[in-house]
Amino acid sequence: MGATKLLDRGRGSRSLPLLLAWLVGILLVLDIGARLAGVEIPLAAGRTFGGSMSVAQFGGLVWNGVIVGLIFGLAGIGLSMTYSILNFANFSHGDLITTGAFTGWGAALLVSGWGLAEAGTLLLVRAASGPSPNEIGASIIQAPLAIAIGVVVAAVATVLVTVAIDRVVYRPMRDRGGIALLIASIGVALGLRYVVQFVFGSRSRGVTATDGVRTTIAGVSVNLHELTLFVVALVLMGGMHLLLQRTKLGTAMRAMADNKDLALVTGIPTERVVTATWILGGALAGVAGYLYVLERGTIEFNIGWFLLLFIFAAVILGGIGSIYGAIAGGLVIGLVHEVSLVWISGDFNAAAAFLIMVIVLLYRPEGLFSGVTTA
Amino acid sequence: MSGEDRIRDGPRPDGGGSADSSGSVGGDADDVSAGPESVADVLREAIARAFGGHDLAIVLATLASIYGLFTLFVLVANDFELTTNTINAIASTLRLLTFFAASYAVLALALNLHWGYTGLFNIGVAGFMAVGVYTMGLLSTPPDATSGMGLGLPLPVGVLGGMIAAGLVGLIAALPALRLEADYLAIVTLGLSEIIRLTMNSSQLSSWTVSTFGFGTGGGSGLNLPARPTDALFDGGAGEALLTVLTGAGIRRSIVVDAAYTLVVVAFVVGVYWLLSRVGASPFGRVLKAIRDDELVAQSLGKDTRLFKIKVFIVGCALMGLGGILWQGSYGYVNPNSFRPIVTFYVFVAVIIGGSGSNTGSIVGAILFVGLLFEGPRQFGGIVQNAMDLGSAPATFAGAVGPLFGLDPIPFLAYALENISALQFVLLGVVLIVIMQRRPEGVLGHRTETAAAIDLGVRPEGNAPAARSGEEPTSRPDTTAAADHGGETGGDGDE
Repeated sequence: MGATKLLDRGRGSRSLPLLLAWLVGILLVLDIGARLAGVEIPLAAGRTFGGSMSVAQFGGLVWNGVIVGLIFGLAGIGLSMTYSILNFANFSHGDLITTGAFTGWGAALLVSGWGLAEAGTLLLVRAASGPSPNEIGASIIQAPLAIAIGVVVAAVATVLVTVAIDRVVYRPMRDRGGIALLIASIGVALGLRYVVQFVFGSRSRGVTATDGVRTTIAGVSVNLHELTLFVVALVLMGGMHLLLQRTKLGTAMRAMADNKDLALVTGIPTERVVTATWILGGALAGVAGYLYVLERGTIEFNIGWFLLLFIFAAVILGGIGSIYGAIAGGLVIGLVHEVSLVWISGDFNAAAAFLIMVIVLLYRPEGLFSGVTTA
Repeated sequence: MSGEDRIRDGPRPDGGGSADSSGSVGGDADDVSAGPESVADVLREAIARAFGGHDLAIVLATLASIYGLFTLFVLVANDFELTTNTINAIASTLRLLTFFAASYAVLALALNLHWGYTGLFNIGVAGFMAVGVYTMGLLSTPPDATSGMGLGLPLPVGVLGGMIAAGLVGLIAALPALRLEADYLAIVTLGLSEIIRLTMNSSQLSSWTVSTFGFGTGGGSGLNLPARPTDALFDGGAGEALLTVLTGAGIRRSIVVDAAYTLVVVAFVVGVYWLLSRVGASPFGRVLKAIRDDELVAQSLGKDTRLFKIKVFIVGCALMGLGGILWQGSYGYVNPNSFRPIVTFYVFVAVIIGGSGSNTGSIVGAILFVGLLFEGPRQFGGIVQNAMDLGSAPATFAGAVGPLFGLDPIPFLAYALENISALQFVLLGVVLIVIMQRRPEGVLGHRTETAAAIDLGVRPEGNAPAARSGEEPTSRPDTTAAADHGGETGGDGDE
């Protein structure tokens, strides 16, 4: 394969930038340490090394980073699996996230707001004017059952959509190259996103109730929705770990990601494994979208698309094909996205996350946690 | 990039130098048989036969049919009354179509150089456009502009600077990125275009550069741009005289002024087409096609493929910058929202419809995309809405679907027409999928361009390929790149 050879050529030039990256990283960590300790050393042109920052402030940024990172990681698992098992970058993954968010919240609002408004309005996630989110009361405190039902519906609906898309679009193209599939997935992304807009409308609106969601547990102020996200995400990630390590399906999936031909020879029913991959990936993407909206409180038809590049960043950072890599990559990208605010303005924190992705792709395309393929 | 990574995995004439010379446009049955035999195929062949494969004829015919369609739209909307108003409406619609088609054609040609010729999967088109437009603005916008600030240099300096800057950004991206595989390159370029957009969008950066260097992008509130140079033509002399005559005949001033600029863009399309055709036919272009088909082979033949790719990337990016300037740079104002990734996908759709690897295809694709996918549905929706008098559309999907159960499709129809812009994107997505599944080679597929310096179709008698039909190949540029590298590697019959 030409590409591997080409990759080899660049290896010599790769160590220097990596060293530089380490240096910058260490400097930044030292700077945070100095800021937390309140040490300030003046440098040139009014810039200083260190400064002051409270532990709570820093802790807040880190917590935000973890929350966003879990979303990236959760959604990234599916993207990583389809990337390694089906061999293409799925640009429609972001819109699966959107699908999950809308269907899940439609169900959650229908349950929590039953009788308060027309069923259609609730099911369409407040497409028209009607009762306010606080009147509907979809929050983990006022309607935990509705929130739980929403998670399930988000997963199931997204799986149905994902499998249907696979049957119609990707299956006839199984033997085609990655680029043909990638372009088709861009088509799927456009179609799906604007079907969602057609059905649910283009308005950005609030969905979650906020009364009593922020409380104090053991002296620490927590947002219960973020806590819910944290718990659900961890449970699902743990479940994925068990599934991949302990079940026959998981072994088959790992085998296929490692070496498709060998898997075929060994008698693994590849088409069934592919379907299982879509089911798992779709379910996780749907739940990730649902939880993302739970945390941010508002929903619109392109939330998933805006997340896509971050998720790609997470998956690439962790090394394509590795679900642990996707999770770790998600956390790193999430932390970069939030903690970078210490140094740069909010105009650039997204750009910083993308920049990290580009750098990793250029200098370490096998990902930071390479060596661990699909496990 | 390996063979499977190519998008053009549709049926190809085999590479053993059999030089399927009479195939493609002339259309012998064998050539098409592997593809799905469909209405589109038959139609395409009929068209191709009618024009004998002359590129200009194909482009003009496409343009004429789109013009005809839209003229019909406007006439229907105006109940076929030929008043000055109707004529103005027709003129302004066709002018707009031409402008969009020409703008997309420049961008599609540039992307075709990357992707169609060299196989570089660049989905950062919007980013390179942004670099071009913004550099042009920063150089040529007067310092006292309402939003943003420029150096006030002459416009040609700005345009040239914009192209150079886009090319330079391309170089910086290309140096490391080109050793990546195709899908990684895609993600890197998409990421880069978003980084560029976010940078232009930063008001902090803008105020810093304004205070330090004396220019700035204006951040999210956008950047004022210099007026179109053609506008000044009508301020006196022959231009003003012409304008007086035309406005005297009832044509609106804005149409004339816009048309003048549109002609400039069309001239640029011709120029870029000419340039890229020359590049494609040159030895340089032959190496590019070899890289696309099999990079390893090109390397084995002693070509420094990386250098070739870098050069192509720079030229293509500069042309994307130019395309951006011609299009987004002509409104007198620009903001970062004009450079969202969707713009890149539009250009991609244009290239894919036309058939990657064909310059003529890129232009035809741009016309078809603008006519049928970009402007068409909106116009059509407007006409149906007016003609049918559906009453006010329901506000939500629920209100539209509910009556369907009572067998009343009117509210749903009204809702669909009201939200036709969303459906238009759905259509775009579906078209993309269908093309990838059924005709990855596009409308002008199988039309491969000359790679060999000599016409391999007219060879000494004994070596003539058996599959040749009776038709005379004439000047058709049909020899495939595959056939060419067959020749280069010393395949059959070239000694």
